[in-house]
Amino acid sequence: MNILELPWLDYALISTAIGSLWVGRQRDPLRAYSWGLAFTGGALACAALAWLGFVLGVSTESGEAMGLQRRLFGRVVFALDELSAPLFPAIALIHFLAALATARAKMRRFSFTWSLAAGTLRLAMFACRSPWPLIVLLAVSTVPPYIELRSRGRPTRVFVVHMATFLALLVMGWGLVEWNGREAPAPFWATIPLVLAILIRCGSAPAHCWVTDWFEHATFGIALLFVAPLSGVYAAVRLLLPVAPTWALAGLSIASMITAVYAAGMATIQAETRRFFAFMFIGHSALVLVGIELQTVTSMTASLCLWFSVILSLSGFGLTLRALEARFGRLSLRDFHGLYPHSPTLAVCFLLTGLACVGFPGTLGFIATEMLVDSAVEASPMIGVSVVAAAALNGIAVVRAYLHLFAGGRHASTVDLGLGRRERFAALSLATLILGGGLFPQPGVTSQERAAKAILRDRARIQGGTGPDHDRATAQPAADRLSSTAGGIEP
Amino acid sequence: MHQPAPQWLIWTGVVVVAAPSALCLALGVATAIGRGPSERMIVRWVQAAVIAGLSAALVVLASMLLLGTRHVAIPMGDWVAIPRHYQFAVTFVFDRLSVPMAILSLVLSATIGAFASRYLHREPGFRRFFALYAIFLLGMVVASLAGTIETLFAGWELVGLSSALLVAYFLDRPAPARNGLWVWTVYRFSDAALLLAAVALHHIRGTGDFVRLLGEGPWPAGEADLGAWPAFGIGLLMLLAAAGKSALIPFSGWLPRAMEGPTPSSAVFYGALSVHLGAFLLLRIGPILEVSPPLAAVVVGLGLASAVLAYLAGSVQTDIKSALAYASLTQVSIIVVEIGLGFRYLALVHLLGHACLRMLQFLRAPTLLHDYHTLENALGGRLPRGRSPWTTRAAGRIYRLAIEQGHLDGGLVEYVVRPFTRALEWCDRTERRWTDFLDGNGSRESERVPPSPVSIDEHS
Repeated sequence: MNILELPWLDYALISTAIGSLWVGRQRDPLRAYSWGLAFTGGALACAALAWLGFVLGVSTESGEAMGLQRRLFGRVVFALDELSAPLFPAIALIHFLAALATARAKMRRFSFTWSLAAGTLRLAMFACRSPWPLIVLLAVSTVPPYIELRSRGRPTRVFVVHMATFLALLVMGWGLVEWNGREAPAPFWATIPLVLAILIRCGSAPAHCWVTDWFEHATFGIALLFVAPLSGVYAAVRLLLPVAPTWALAGLSIASMITAVYAAGMATIQAETRRFFAFMFIGHSALVLVGIELQTVTSMTASLCLWFSVILSLSGFGLTLRALEARFGRLSLRDFHGLYPHSPTLAVCFLLTGLACVGFPGTLGFIATEMLVDSAVEASPMIGVSVVAAAALNGIAVVRAYLHLFAGGRHASTVDLGLGRRERFAALSLATLILGGGLFPQPGVTSQERAAKAILRDRARIQGGTGPDHDRATAQPAADRLSSTAGGIEP
Repeated sequence: MHQPAPQWLIWTGVVVVAAPSALCLALGVATAIGRGPSERMIVRWVQAAVIAGLSAALVVLASMLLLGTRHVAIPMGDWVAIPRHYQFAVTFVFDRLSVPMAILSLVLSATIGAFASRYLHREPGFRRFFALYAIFLLGMVVASLAGTIETLFAGWELVGLSSALLVAYFLDRPAPARNGLWVWTVYRFSDAALLLAAVALHHIRGTGDFVRLLGEGPWPAGEADLGAWPAFGIGLLMLLAAAGKSALIPFSGWLPRAMEGPTPSSAVFYGALSVHLGAFLLLRIGPILEVSPPLAAVVVGLGLASAVLAYLAGSVQTDIKSALAYASLTQVSIIVVEIGLGFRYLALVHLLGHACLRMLQFLRAPTLLHDYHTLENALGGRLPRGRSPWTTRAAGRIYRLAIEQGHLDGGLVEYVVRPFTRALEWCDRTERRWTDFLDGNGSRESERVPPSPVSIDEHS
């Protein structure tokens, strides 16, 4: 039996779940850190093997007997497809790197138990295509953040109000979709609650305040891990996209476009690093949504590429900000701090990950942004101009933050503020992925193109359109393998 | 149709781009792993890369002269392609425009590399300077040799980032950081215009290849197959991009700000190369200007206005680097006028000569006082000073206009930046009121927590 036939996806989920229970028993922060690192590392290795098995087309049917899913649920609920295959290890990776790069000063504050528990939910969510389990996972995944806020004695109302509204609308919307028939286009009274739910979860303006509030009050690492995978976008692709009529997607696209420009503009004027980062996240989440809702092969591929790029680059960007906070506390963007001489590698990583977010040449985001602009201009010049404006403003915001943090003044310190070995490893790993994916983007684009076509085919099946049929002749075998079910909801 | 080039010539052309790429990679990796090479090693790497790139460029030039070919295309294939949907082709082109520009970039960069290795000796930012220098050089070479508009855009962005970070090179004062941010903001605006123009061209013609966009004939003989109005619209976007990069009106204010950087970067980037990149873009899209006479008229008008303003502003400067910056802008504006009038070869020769002259002037700038003293010692007295021309009332008004640099920066701040930031600050306050209302108390924890290095001794 091939080792890749084992149910590595199950093992990744089990690793984080058991890790959460085990680490919860540790009282010493250093021991909790070591165990947390071991379990997230194990989950990463399993997730990478699951991805490798999928890419190589290895069937996991023979290994399913060694997994837990059939025993627990009687069927396979969690599985990878073209959409989730690259996202699954990426999410495991950011959990591992966030744990690895936790500074010793922050080990007491960063809850490895809740991080592992939330990691389990997130990994499960990104491997789930069945609507109701996905909705349950989306609902349960809001619990660890709530407990984080409660345990830190921070206000929870903004988070609770938004998440409760999101879940109520999501359940109502999907209930109405089911009532109407899942294999038919959703009527407007079922679409509206779903669209509103997605807008809230993605942090689209004006329902975005929970994101900034969440970053204000949570520990940076936990806050980052909650938003970085863009779970709202995943819900949009799985639940909304297949059934939503075109007018709903057009409306969502306009809302996302406005959010992208607004958030990019807001990022340029923020006076504090966490709020700046929160707006960067909101803007990029909206940009990903814009491409998905344009419903062309190029725009969908661009969005999926951008999604992957945003997960890695925004996480890297967040981790560098977190490393800065661990050394200097919360940093104002009103003053110049001149930190470059103390931690040049941190400065380089900050700039690299920040520029990767905005699609600078040679980074992972460049081709994604180029394709997105290209497809946006094709759809509507106004959307194209907005996407370009958002990218330009995000670029200004990143360099502004860089200059405020690392230039313009002198910072006196008697202790070494350079990156530690673990942080350096985390930063360089992400930098390698960002640059490697940027210089050799074709494999990633091909993979995302297959996912995009599968999603569009699934939508066309429900909406009664033609889908990307003209591409079928040239589609890769993996796309054929997924032609009936991949991408959207599971029938 | 262009004849395919022999294989050895193609490989030689590849070396021109590969050499600065290797330099970038080497310096980047060395910096990232925290084991920076010594100054001597950096200088050797720079010398090797520039000599390899320059030698290869000269070989290509000599071969083209010997073979009598005016256009050598080096297709590197598709960087990314989605069949029938999207294509990002990378092609480098050696022609009468790109070869001189690439050679100019390499020669001037070589000179600056040699100068900076002594000028910045034992400076704390020595490595950082050369890392940015490598990115700049790569950007210039890629932009010069770009055979597709997407490739040009990639080079254009590399030049922009490295230039802005070099303006903010000195880390211990706020002014360089502020000016670096201003330069970057203008560049981003210019990048956005170029990107939109590139995408629009791509959609109209279905390709980003300059040969198909601007006609088959070797530069400057191409004929763009575009309607007058699309050409006008796309040309305006290109002109906006060029205006940002070459500091034409209304973006002229960034040029003197850029002098915050160290002298070698001022010399090569804002005096010689970077500032000419906008003019280079206009030269490259010359066939589009020919299709649309109104666009050519706008180019001439913008060039003339910028030249007059730069002359006036340069006349009232009191420090040598700013005076040289405006003198540089005057000449670049005249080059733009020449391009608008259709004198492509004249503009190219003007560009090459001006870049070399200006770079030498910038390099001499730090020793200007010494030069004056030498002259005065030789003359045995003070150098003669002319009467101030700014004594009449009309001249006084012009003086005020010149000293304020046409109120361009002030105008941009007053009518663009300030309304933009005020509107967003109002939104920020509204958001705050909303979250305060929901939370029931002050929701902006960050404003109550002063930045402080807590538990720094705990950090390992």
